[in-house]
Amino acid sequence: MNSWLSQHWQALSQTLRQLVNTPLSSLLSIVVIGIAFSLPLGIYTLLGNLQTISEDVVKMPQLSLFLKLNATQADIENINSQLEEFPSIASFQFISKEIALQQLQQESGLADIASNLISNPLPDAFIINTQQISPDDLENIRTTIKKWPEIAHVQVDTDWARRLDALLRLGQLAVLMLAVLLSFALIIVVFNTIRLQILTKRDEIEVSKLIGATDSYIQRPFLYFGAIQGIAGAAAAWFFIALSIQTINESLIELTQLYATDFHLSHLSLQDSLSLLVFSALLGWLGARLSVAQHLSHIEPE
Amino acid sequence: MISFVNVSKRYPDGFEALKNVAFTIHPGELVLLTGHSGAGKSTMLKLIAAIERPTYGSIMVSDQNINALKKNAIPFLRRSLGLIFQDQKILYDRTVFANVMLPLQIRSFEKKTAAGRVRAALDKVGLLGKENAYPVTLSGGEKQRLCIARAVVHRPSILIADEPTANLDVDYAQSIMEVFRSFHQVGVTVLIATHDTSLLNDTRYRTLTLNQGKLVV
Repeated sequence: MNSWLSQHWQALSQTLRQLVNTPLSSLLSIVVIGIAFSLPLGIYTLLGNLQTISEDVVKMPQLSLFLKLNATQADIENINSQLEEFPSIASFQFISKEIALQQLQQESGLADIASNLISNPLPDAFIINTQQISPDDLENIRTTIKKWPEIAHVQVDTDWARRLDALLRLGQLAVLMLAVLLSFALIIVVFNTIRLQILTKRDEIEVSKLIGATDSYIQRPFLYFGAIQGIAGAAAAWFFIALSIQTINESLIELTQLYATDFHLSHLSLQDSLSLLVFSALLGWLGARLSVAQHLSHIEPE
Repeated sequence: MISFVNVSKRYPDGFEALKNVAFTIHPGELVLLTGHSGAGKSTMLKLIAAIERPTYGSIMVSDQNINALKKNAIPFLRRSLGLIFQDQKILYDRTVFANVMLPLQIRSFEKKTAAGRVRAALDKVGLLGKENAYPVTLSGGEKQRLCIARAVVHRPSILIADEPTANLDVDYAQSIMEVFRSFHQVGVTVLIATHDTSLLNDTRYRTLTLNQGKLVV
């Protein structure tokens, strides 16, 4: 066990020395991997951020219920009491046509149009927040309410959020495909780096074989190198993304102040960051493994 | 112990380097192997270290049948040998000390013990003052001593040297030979391939002579 540990420690320190001894080429391949990975990683982070918005909206479905223009006060009270008894409705709010007109007049840009109106064209309306229900149940509520008398139109306000959600899922699929493609790129980059390393260490490998080094002993530093390169590349990608999010958030502050919201992009979660590091370490290891299998067997002492 | 039974080696190009060679070297013996260049000396040494495989016949090295040795067992065979190569195979990118350290490194020796052994081996060949030097700064004789130190640092039971005195003047050759004798005296089996007549004149030791791949009796 002790000698096993010391062998691994030896291989690891040899690998780190190699990284330090060839700083330029190490840095270059790490940056290449970092750039390749930051593309899917960046899109993934953006999609994640958008998804939190759409999920919040989808979780609280909203219906708008427009009454016919000739609806009377009695009709309104009737609907009001029916809604109170209706299952799976969390809350609702009545907006009379007068209030709706006032709101319209307050909207900048529309004030002129609203003041030019001869009569109020707006209907009375209810805005309904349902409990958390499936889209099918929401659709059922809509059709049930639509059959009530004096109802002109029922609209599911959160349809756009569902569409956005579906679109984001499509985006995620695209990111996945991109990630698979760039994972191959990482494997190839590591494969090639290890190939060059094996070539430059030809003498050392040959002598090691002659004095009785096992294959796994000879392979070990290269495998470590691949894994470390993968991790370092992923860390570089993470750093690029963190830097971009920071920059975007700083310019978002101005924008969100104008719109009076506090929207900002959040960073990759700890779990995602760790999976990224582990995954790229595995890819780097795999690239090194393939390279070693391909090139090490060709070096036999003569 | 090293024993060859009816060993032949034919290379893929058809050249027959060894023809029906049979001999036994007993534990603790010092044996000289001689013959004209191309007679098959190097091939014979390569067969012992499983660098080459025989075409016919069987080879036993310290009770291991080399013919039946699996690929992953070869490193362990080589660990029981101390090999000195004709082309030296010194690594020029590291110090004398690091070169001699290699055989212990692959066995993952504890650092302090290993350093002690490396110094002892360097002391034995008279290179202790040069442990931090790089091989390019060494003379031909010193490089040869470095190779010997690297071959004996792990205390092998069999020491095999291919032309260890090539390109050295007579005095140097004698002092190298002296080092081999001292290992022989402590019980190491030594096999030296050479065509250096000044060494061969020493009648204390058995000499195997190869002529065009055949052992001359």
